Amino acid sequence: MIELQNVSRSFTVGDQQVSALRDINLRMDAGEYISIMGPSGSGKSTMLNLLGLLDRPSSGTYLLDGGNVTDLTDEQQAQVRREKIGFVFQSFHLVPRLTAAQNVELPMILAGIAPEERKQRVEVLMQNYGLSARADHRPDQLSGGQRQRVAIARATVMKPTVLLADEPTGNLDRATGWEVLKLLEGLLEQGITLVVVTHDTEIGARAHRQIHMLDGAIRSDERHTT
Amino acid sequence: MKLTDTLQFASGSLRGSPTRTLLMILAMSIGVASVVVLTALGEGARRYVVDQFSSLGTNLVIVLPGRTETAGLGPGMLVGQIPKEITLDDAQAIMGSRAVKRIAPLTVGSATLSRDALNRDVVVLGSTSDLLEVRHMSIGVGKFLPAGDIHESASVCVLGNQMKQELFGNEQAVGQWVRLGDRRFRVIGVLSSQGESMGMRTDELVIIPVASAHQLFNTSGLFRVLIEAKNRDSIEQAKSDAEAIMFQRHAGEKDVTVITQDAVLATFDRILTALTMAVGGIAAISLAVAGVLIMNVMLIAVAQRVKEIGLLKALGAPPKQIRSLFFAEAALLSSIGSVAGLVLGYIGSTIIGQVYPSLPVSPPWWAVIAACGTALGTGILFSVWPARRAARLDPVAALAGR
Ligand SMILES: Nc1ncnc2c1ncn2[C@@H]1O[C@H](COP(=O)(O)OP(=O)(O)OP(=O)(O)O)[C@@H](O)[C@H]1O
Ligand SMILES: [Mg+2]
Repeated sequence: MIELQNVSRSFTVGDQQVSALRDINLRMDAGEYISIMGPSGSGKSTMLNLLGLLDRPSSGTYLLDGGNVTDLTDEQQAQVRREKIGFVFQSFHLVPRLTAAQNVELPMILAGIAPEERKQRVEVLMQNYGLSARADHRPDQLSGGQRQRVAIARATVMKPTVLLADEPTGNLDRATGWEVLKLLEGLLEQGITLVVVTHDTEIGARAHRQIHMLDGAIRSDERHTT
Repeated sequence: MKLTDTLQFASGSLRGSPTRTLLMILAMSIGVASVVVLTALGEGARRYVVDQFSSLGTNLVIVLPGRTETAGLGPGMLVGQIPKEITLDDAQAIMGSRAVKRIAPLTVGSATLSRDALNRDVVVLGSTSDLLEVRHMSIGVGKFLPAGDIHESASVCVLGNQMKQELFGNEQAVGQWVRLGDRRFRVIGVLSSQGESMGMRTDELVIIPVASAHQLFNTSGLFRVLIEAKNRDSIEQAKSDAEAIMFQRHAGEKDVTVITQDAVLATFDRILTALTMAVGGIAAISLAVAGVLIMNVMLIAVAQRVKEIGLLKALGAPPKQIRSLFFAEAALLSSIGSVAGLVLGYIGSTIIGQVYPSLPVSPPWWAVIAACGTALGTGILFSVWPARRAARLDPVAALAGR
C-alpha cells in the first residue's frame, strides 16, 4: 500500500523555482493497476521517481506499506528499493557488457543471494518470458521487445510488491508494445501493484484506475471496472 | 553483495574496456618494475663492494707508511708516499699486541718472470707464510711459503694460477725452476684461481719470501703490514696498539697510517644503501604518477558509466556498494599491475645480472614490499575521489545520463 500526503517537489533552475508536483494526496492499494497520463512536463516521471525512492519530496510524507519512508537514510532507501520496488524504463537500461541472463541476475547479486539460487531463478524467469534461447546474448544482439522483456524479468526477479513503468512501450512499435504490456498485466495475478506512465490513451485505458495529471497536480482520478 | 561478486563485477567492467585497463596496468607495472630494477642495481653495487672488501680478509687492520691528514680513505694513502719506511722489525713488533692474531708484511715490486724462452712482466709480492690466512688465499697445488725466520731469504716462489698456465701450460710446475730478474726461484706451490679482488688479480701474482723480495728489489721498507685482529671486537684495540707501537718505534713520530677494513667498509655500506634507497624513491615517483593516471581514468570511467551507476542505484545498490565496486576495480588494477611489474622487474634484473656477471643483482626484499605496497596504496588512494563521486550521483540524473 502506497500513500502520498501533501507531497510537493520543486526544482531550482538558476534562481527560479519550478514546481514539478504540487501538494499531491494519493493512495494506492496493493494489487491495483494504475495508469498515469498527462501532457509532457506535467510531472508524471517526477511522481514515479518519488514513488520509487529515487527522489525525495521537497515537502510532504510518503508512506509505503504503512511505514514512513521519507526520512530513511540513503542506505535504508536502497534496501527498500531492492526488496519492494521494480523499475521498467522507456530506454530499457540494460548493462551493455552483460548478457541477458546476467542482466536479470544483477539485482540478486546486489542483494547478496547465493549463486545457485540466482541461477535457478534466472532460468525460470527466462523460460517464462520466452527468452531461454537469448540468455547468452548481449543487449545489442536483441530486438527492442526482447530487451524490454529482459528488463521486466530483471525488475521482477526480486519479487517486488510495486512495479513502476515509465513509458515501457515508448520505444517499441505497436505490436511489440502490446506484447510487453500483456506481460506486465500478467504480473497482476501475482498481486503486484502496477503503475504505468504512458502517453498512449489506448494503453492507459486498460488500467483499472486512470490518473490524469496537469501542471504538477492530479486533474482526475477515475476507476473503471471492466 | 558478496566479496567474490564484487570482484567479479569489477573485473567484468575492467574487461569491458580492455584498452583502458591494459594501459593502466602497463603504467602500474612500469612503476613497480623500475623500483625493482633500480634497487636491485643499487643493492648489487653495495653487495659487490662488501664482497670485495670481505675477500680481502676478515678483521683486517692495515698499516701503511706515510701520514694522511684526513681520516679514512685519502689520496696519499692510495698513492703511497715515501716517508720513513716501515721495516720488518717494525712489523714483528706489532705481534707484541695481544689483540693481534697474525701479521703479514707486504713488499710489492715488478720483475720479469721467465722460464726458458718465455717472459712475463709480473707483480711480485714479498710476504710470509701467514699471508695465505690473512689474505684469504688458497693454495691449489704444492705448498705456500714456508714458515720460519722472517729475515731469511729463500729461493722459492708461489705462482698465481694464470702465471702457472702461461709458463707451464698443463705441465707440472711444482719443483721446476723459474727466473725472476736475475735470480732463480724454485716453484713450491700454485694458488688456486680466485679471480679479482679489490683490483689485484691474485691469478697474475708471484709470491716470494719478503726477505728475498727485499734483496731482489734492493729495498728494506714495507709497502703494507696486514694485521689480522683476534676477533671483531679487538679490531679497534689492534689498531690503537699498532699505532702506539709504531709511534714508539719511530721515535715519537706519527709517520704511519693505520686503517681498519671495517671502517672503510661501513662507510661504503652506508653510502650505497642510501644511494639504493634514493634511487628506489625516485622510481617510486613513477608509481605516484601511475596513481594519478588511475584516478584520471577512473573519473572518466565514472563519467562514461553514469547510466550504469544510476541503474545500480535504482536496483537497490547503496552508496557504500557503489564505492566498493570502484575500489575493487582500483585494487584489481594495482594488484595485477604489481604482479606484472614484479615479473618485469625480476626479468630485467636477471638480464642485467647476465650482462654484468660480477654484479650480484637482486632486488632487496624491502624494495619489493615497498613497491607493491605503494602500487596498491596509490591505486586505492587515488580511486577514493572517483568512487565517492560515483556513490554520490543522483540516481534520477544518472539514469538520464546527466
Ligand atoms: N532535474 C530537474 N531540474 C529541473 N526541472 C526539472 C527536473 N526534472 C523535472 N523538472 C521539471 O519538472 C516538470 C515535470 O517533469 P517530468 O519529467 O515529471 O514531466 P513528465 O510528465 O514526465 O513529462 P514527459 O511526458 O515529457 O516525460 C517539468 O517542468 C520539468 O521541466
Ligand atoms: Mg517523463
